[in-house]
Amino acid sequence: MFSASDLRKGLKIQIDGEPWVITDFDFCKPGKGTALYRCKMKNMITGNTMDKTYRPVEKIEKPDLEEREMYYSYPDGDFFVFSDADTYEEMRISKEFLGQKIYFLIEDSLCQVLLFNGQAIDVTLPTFIEKEIVETEPGARGDTATNVTKPARIDNGYEIQVPIFINTGDVVKIDTRTGEYAERVSKA
Amino acid sequence: MTINELKNLKARLEVRAGLISAVRAFFDKNGFVEVSTPVLIKAPAPEEYIEGIPAASGFLRTSPELQMKQLVCAGYEKIYQIGPCFRKDEFGSRHRPEFTMLEWYHAGSDYLELMAFTAELIREAVHKVTGNDELIYHGYKLDMSKQPEIIDVSQAYERFTSMTSKQAEQRGEFDTLMVECIEPELGKGGMTFLKDYPASRAALARLKRHEPGLAERWELYIAGMELANAYSELTDPVEQRKRFTQARKVRAENGLVDYPESESFFAALDKGMPECAGCALGIDRLVMLLTNSTVISSVLPDF
Repeated sequence: MFSASDLRKGLKIQIDGEPWVITDFDFCKPGKGTALYRCKMKNMITGNTMDKTYRPVEKIEKPDLEEREMYYSYPDGDFFVFSDADTYEEMRISKEFLGQKIYFLIEDSLCQVLLFNGQAIDVTLPTFIEKEIVETEPGARGDTATNVTKPARIDNGYEIQVPIFINTGDVVKIDTRTGEYAERVSKA
Repeated sequence: MTINELKNLKARLEVRAGLISAVRAFFDKNGFVEVSTPVLIKAPAPEEYIEGIPAASGFLRTSPELQMKQLVCAGYEKIYQIGPCFRKDEFGSRHRPEFTMLEWYHAGSDYLELMAFTAELIREAVHKVTGNDELIYHGYKLDMSKQPEIIDVSQAYERFTSMTSKQAEQRGEFDTLMVECIEPELGKGGMTFLKDYPASRAALARLKRHEPGLAERWELYIAGMELANAYSELTDPVEQRKRFTQARKVRAENGLVDYPESESFFAALDKGMPECAGCALGIDRLVMLLTNSTVISSVLPDF
């Protein structure tokens, strides 16, 4: 259990069986009154936010969270298999949970998997990955503007907006947090 | 703080210096005498939710109240003090364990007279520092020359919360509602005095003669920020002993340090304290208002 005086920005707590992270924190104290700990927090599973004020006597539950380094190994039906970097223990994470991240999984890349009560609640991939463009309209010659974009496709079918000057066969860097084009790595 | 951070602080420390000299000029002009009472004291007043920091064989003062009141008992009619006070573990956007308090006492005055005096003090100080009566503070346009708004604590609960102040007290929600629902609504365009607190929150204030359920106490708010606390001071030694005993009981129940009784304070009170009013104002918070700072750490050097 945490006591109210342990509360601070970044602390992860548990309320009604769900993990929350404190995104904003302030100590306050109305004139001659009791200390109050005001928190803004974000649900680590749903992303919902809420405000909550704690009094000094309150106790707050500690969530069972574990961060593990895991390598992505291979797809298995509707699941993707990761293996623990230390123990090689395998864990299957569903396609549905991973969402668009499935397009950015590269075999043997090191990922951070956050577990709550033993269940994965977040997977952080390497920030940038490199992918070859397999399909896009031919690039406009000499047009180096990056603010004008067009659709392009990578090998696994994921569609991405790229600058006009990108051609089929170019290798680009993709930001896995946003799923967006970052820069060109090499020309075809 | 790095040398660069200290350089950036310079303009705000100059505002602070200007404010303090304006405050001194105002009190001097009004016939007050500046005093200095010890920072290291034997015993702070036993207040339920204020913690002293132990030092040497006593404590760093949480406020100069008990010492200044002894001067009032000794016949000092108008006194003020500007100096550091210390409260354990108070760390927040508007709190520091060490802060600067302006505190003054005026014999023969009461809390209502003190309101007008305080409003004039602030208006004059702001004018001297900034050259006008208006302040822009994080989206608030504040006019210090405007007639201050005065609102009773009971009205504030009715207007800004879904329960009366009595219900809020009974349910233990008084402070939470104050912070979440009431304070942000106060002093939006200038000064707001929140007055007549329930007797349970009187601290060292006198109760109202005709409404003993209420205390002659106010707090001043500007832009939602609590700036000052004032009372018609409690002069009755019997009642004062009772309140300290009660506060010590609550402190013991909450597992807090028991302070020794301030014998010299009660000796003075037993001899007789004239009717008087007193006020404590947070200088650092006034500097925040004057420098458009949302966190107290932006107006204080830190080493």
